[in-house]
Amino acid sequence: MSRIEQLFDKSKQASKKVLNVYCTAGYPELNSTLDVMEALESNGADLIELGMPYSDPLADGEVIQQSGAVALDNGMTISVLFDQLKDFRQKISVPVVLMGYMNPVLQYGFENFCKKAAEVGIDGLILPDLPPMEFEQEYSLILKKYTLDFIFLVTPETAPDRIEQLDRLSSGFLYAVSSSSTTGHDKDFSEVEKYLSRLQGYQLQNPVLVGFGIKDKASFDRTTKYTDGAIIGSAYIKALGGQKGKTAITTATQSFLDTVL
Amino acid sequence: MQQKIQIDKNGYYGQFGGAYIPEMLYPNVAQLQKEYLSIMEDPSFKKEFDFLLKDYVGRPSPLYLAERLSAQIGTEIYLKREDLNHTGAHKINNAIGQVLLAQRLGKKRIIAETGAGQHGVATATVCALKGLECIVYMGEVDIERQAPNVARMKMLGAKVIPAKSGSKTLKDATNEAIRDWINNPTDTHYVIGSVVGPHPYPDMVARFQSIISEEIRWQLKEKTGHELPTHVIACVGGGSNAAGTFYHFLNESTVELIAVEAAGLGIHSGHSAATTTLGTPGVLHGSKSIVMQTPDGQVVEPHSISAGLDYPGIGPLHAHLFASGRGRFLSATDDQALKAAFNLTRLEGIIPALESAHALSGLEQVDFPKGSRVVICLSGRGDKDMDTYMKHMADFE
Ligand SMILES: Cc1ncc(COP(=O)(O)O)c(C=O)c1O
Repeated sequence: MSRIEQLFDKSKQASKKVLNVYCTAGYPELNSTLDVMEALESNGADLIELGMPYSDPLADGEVIQQSGAVALDNGMTISVLFDQLKDFRQKISVPVVLMGYMNPVLQYGFENFCKKAAEVGIDGLILPDLPPMEFEQEYSLILKKYTLDFIFLVTPETAPDRIEQLDRLSSGFLYAVSSSSTTGHDKDFSEVEKYLSRLQGYQLQNPVLVGFGIKDKASFDRTTKYTDGAIIGSAYIKALGGQKGKTAITTATQSFLDTVL
Repeated sequence: MQQKIQIDKNGYYGQFGGAYIPEMLYPNVAQLQKEYLSIMEDPSFKKEFDFLLKDYVGRPSPLYLAERLSAQIGTEIYLKREDLNHTGAHKINNAIGQVLLAQRLGKKRIIAETGAGQHGVATATVCALKGLECIVYMGEVDIERQAPNVARMKMLGAKVIPAKSGSKTLKDATNEAIRDWINNPTDTHYVIGSVVGPHPYPDMVARFQSIISEEIRWQLKEKTGHELPTHVIACVGGGSNAAGTFYHFLNESTVELIAVEAAGLGIHSGHSAATTTLGTPGVLHGSKSIVMQTPDGQVVEPHSISAGLDYPGIGPLHAHLFASGRGRFLSATDDQALKAAFNLTRLEGIIPALESAHALSGLEQVDFPKGSRVVICLSGRGDKDMDTYMKHMADFE
């Protein structure tokens, strides 16, 4: 059983909602990646979505864009990241999925990337600009070979047959984008609730995590009534602000997660 | 035998193209994929499009035998005068097509990106004509260097929003426009200004611009008795004027297709936009193409004196023409383009856009066999570039 499956099994038994927190590799400082991840795990994150910074992050709002720009300035690259992650499983046990965009992964070499990710102990991938057709034709077998989960996004505008297709192609979990938007936008949560309760009506094979615009306990509780958990991104990046050093990062992470859990 | 150059059902030219977009864009892009051809072929659409191209834009644009330029180069050179179109460039052909299409899709709000401002002006113009809300994203750097076009867009009633991320030029304006579309999924159509973006944009924009080569064929026949030129030359930013100029010659193997990219301060100066020379296969703005990027896959910030060519990618059609050898790719530096612009101005009394000046500079780089019939796309006029030209005036006295 994969780390992600175990997590959802366990939380279902405990009737607990999964908290997935997004952080940007190499932010706030080049070498803070592991400090941030450790702080997240020890303060209650069940799953970590580790963002690989990219020069042109189309799906991201200003906060995450900014953190990516800082990380790139700091010198973060995929090779540097894999170096940082070499022994991370000695410290961190929650599942970790890498989130990024196709271009840097293609440039690294898709298979090479998957091989490295699996080697260091990464559990899955989110590449929002990899479409299902190309996924099936060129990439799904590579992901299987390295037993990496691949997570697709669905939105309130995604048609029923496509939701079923994206669920079938996904493993680990399905990422429900709360409303059609870039990351970090404020939401009309009554609309979000309608959409999420509609999603509940599908016979999905994967657990569902809702993301985009979840920022505090209220929005977490409200949306996870209909899902297996939620993903917090921009709000945490904002809370990390320009913190420097392990202690400051840990404190900021702790006080942020205290307001969510 | 050469392979036929055409797009396949999944939106690929050879290995380039596709629709690499986040799911949030899927419904809009899928709707376009499903409907663009049937809308474009609908008689009422055609009628309105043709009417506007004729009476509003002023088409057909002349095919002009530039006699003094021909004498200088030593071969027959025809200029396809897209600079004489209403709003001053080829961009209006596509803007009209897409806005008419957007209306038929029931969209009320139009967004666009712009580099030189020509596409922004063209889109703002058609929106004014049709009474539609228009928002144009433009890099902060470009807002400064193409001030006359910013003023025109504002007078036309468009809202110009500065793109402040990255290099603050065309690439970043495109990112911002795509993000706007993600955040406004139902009422908005994104009028992309070149043959870039996810399928079906590259094909759709090429079709709207294909009027350029459609006219060249019959105009050349009328003037020379030959329908086919020996060479067609166009500048390439994203590649829409080149796509329009090449379109009806793509599968005519005797016609040499020549694309001229912007080499900025020199191809290997670190300040260039010569994508085919410097780029590698990658994904940018929703399609797989050739992209200027670091070994780590970060898109690099290009440089060109011409805002319309200051882009680190090219459309997938052009990537395919390059990779298959069907197209010949040249480049012109900032200085070479300036020289070509002053040369044309003094020989023919035509001030070209800086973008088009790159195409003109290509003339000096090709050995034309005797009896060549060369057609150059003069994609736009130079009014918007007068500040830049004035700065360099002394060099050409
Ligand atoms: C006059 C003119 N020519 C050429 C271009 C480059 O675009 P494309 O390569 O799509 O024709 C522009 C873009 O702004 C332009 O204004």
